[in-house]
Amino acid sequence: MFEARDIHKSFGHVEVLRGVSMTVRRGEVACLLGPSGSGKSTFLRCINHLEKFDAGRMWVDGELVGYRQSGRRLHELHDREIAQRRSRIGMVFQQFNLFPHRTALQNVMEGPVVVKRAKPRELMEEAHQLLRRVGLADKAHHYPSQLSGGQQQRVAIARALAMHPALMLFDEPTSALDPELVGEVLDVMRDLAAGGMTMIVVTHEIGFAREVADVAHFMADGVLVESGLPAEVLGNPQHERTRNFLSKVLA
Amino acid sequence: MAGHAATTEAPAAERDDDLVVVPARHPGRWLAVACIAVLAAMAVHLLVTNSRLQWSVVWQYVFSKPILTGVLRTLELTVIAMVIGVVIGILVAIGRLSPNPVLAKVAWLYSWFFRGTPLLVQLLFWFYLSALLTHVSIGIPFGPEFASASTNSLITPFLAAILGLGLNEGAYMSEIVRSGILAVPRGQAEAGQAIGMTRSEVMRRVVLPQAMRVIIPPTGNETIGMLKYTSLVIVIGYAELLTSASLIYARTFQTIPLLIVAALWYLAITAVLSIAQYYVERHFDRGFQPAAAKSRGSRLLRGERALRPAPEQPTVAMRSVS
Ligand SMILES: Nc1ncnc2c1ncn2[C@@H]1O[C@H](COP(=O)(O)OP(=O)(O)O)[C@@H](O)[C@H]1O
Ligand SMILES: [Mg+2]
Repeated sequence: MFEARDIHKSFGHVEVLRGVSMTVRRGEVACLLGPSGSGKSTFLRCINHLEKFDAGRMWVDGELVGYRQSGRRLHELHDREIAQRRSRIGMVFQQFNLFPHRTALQNVMEGPVVVKRAKPRELMEEAHQLLRRVGLADKAHHYPSQLSGGQQQRVAIARALAMHPALMLFDEPTSALDPELVGEVLDVMRDLAAGGMTMIVVTHEIGFAREVADVAHFMADGVLVESGLPAEVLGNPQHERTRNFLSKVLA
Repeated sequence: MAGHAATTEAPAAERDDDLVVVPARHPGRWLAVACIAVLAAMAVHLLVTNSRLQWSVVWQYVFSKPILTGVLRTLELTVIAMVIGVVIGILVAIGRLSPNPVLAKVAWLYSWFFRGTPLLVQLLFWFYLSALLTHVSIGIPFGPEFASASTNSLITPFLAAILGLGLNEGAYMSEIVRSGILAVPRGQAEAGQAIGMTRSEVMRRVVLPQAMRVIIPPTGNETIGMLKYTSLVIVIGYAELLTSASLIYARTFQTIPLLIVAALWYLAITAVLSIAQYYVERHFDRGFQPAAAKSRGSRLLRGERALRPAPEQPTVAMRSVS
């Protein structure tokens, strides 16, 4: 479903990703942990073409990321083709990034209406259903500024789901939330995972990773230091860096 | 105030209900009102008694046909020039922010040139274009022509006015639009891209609607400015409001009353534009106000908030999307 092979990426002279390889099978949940600045966000953004990587190859659903292959040639993608690829990958940001000038319902419908040219009238039913699924049936006509952080993030998840993504990327979805609001967002993500969604989740929520993830990866300084079953990586870390990190997060 | 009284009289907490609240007095305000009233009376006295203002002449001309025609033309010039200005402004602003370096440079040159030369010169330039190019034609560059016309017959005073005012305005609007676009947080564009929008869809659906909040107030300003800049076309002889007035006083020598006629119309139109601006701003502000302030922003609520410790609800409502 998703494969990354030896991904490298530099900003100027600083190499942020130094050969990252990862495989995620259909229906699996991969959690990516690691200290701040280790390159987790950059890696997620590469998957979704928000950043270009310098070397290596990635595939999402059998398609090369960033290129169109014909025979032995790789053609760089144009804006429109990139947009098309992105439409099948959902992304949830740390800062929610809801459209503030649209209601919750309009946020959810925006993707299908603009990108798939769907008729708003025909979408309405599904959009309401998505809001119900994230527990916000009664907030359809609220603007983001009228919602709590946790509610905003759940709308953001519904907005991503409206495009029927094959893969969902989460970049620290609960890091900007007040502690008492974290649970409601994790619950929605747990439901998604149980429903068979393929997910790559960058998170500091160790409990969530242990419970939901099929694989846990620990990243430090642009490389995956340790990968494996969550119980092992998080319960019995082999590397000094992983141990250090976990002791800080759990403290 | 009640709280203050309660803390000074030590055991007064339970007798709180027989305290009387005395509203604050504002002697400064009354003094200001008195001063302004005197000044206003002097101004009105001057306006009414100074016979050189010739109010009868003002009333005679203010709704006369040439003046009304001038008003219509001024409005027409303002609207068309602003529409051209806004469209060009958006295109040039997007050009300047484009990843295409050629486009970015050309857009920069445009705003440099049109902001860097006097509007008066630009108006005269368009009017006298025929001296530079004797005829204009449509066809393949350096190849055959399909249609051709002499510049002299093509460039009417009206067209020269529209070109001069509109192209110049485009340069100023581009800076306003650009600052509006830059005021939208980057995460917004990325959220649009992430659900599969192309660059232009992101611009149209996500960035520009939010940029409008920043763009509208200075654009209202520009429109009001444009209303008066149209009077510059007097140099190319297009009979808008001021030119119409000047044509009359050139004949009758009633200069001051006719300038007052023109000024009254400019003031009236400015008032209407200001009201329109208020409604447009309110439209683009939707979603940006905290819930309570909008739906229940009554005096009662604000009064309540002043006396009690701030309720928790605003902290949630004010958390805007960054
Ligand atoms: N657009 C950028 N330009 C330059 N440096 C960047 C940019 N984005 C991220 N970086 C740098 O790359 C490193 C990794 O960042 P990031 O992927 O955000 O880490 P993480 O998400 O693991 O905290 C950091 O040192 C950060 O400063
Ligand atoms: Mg990050």
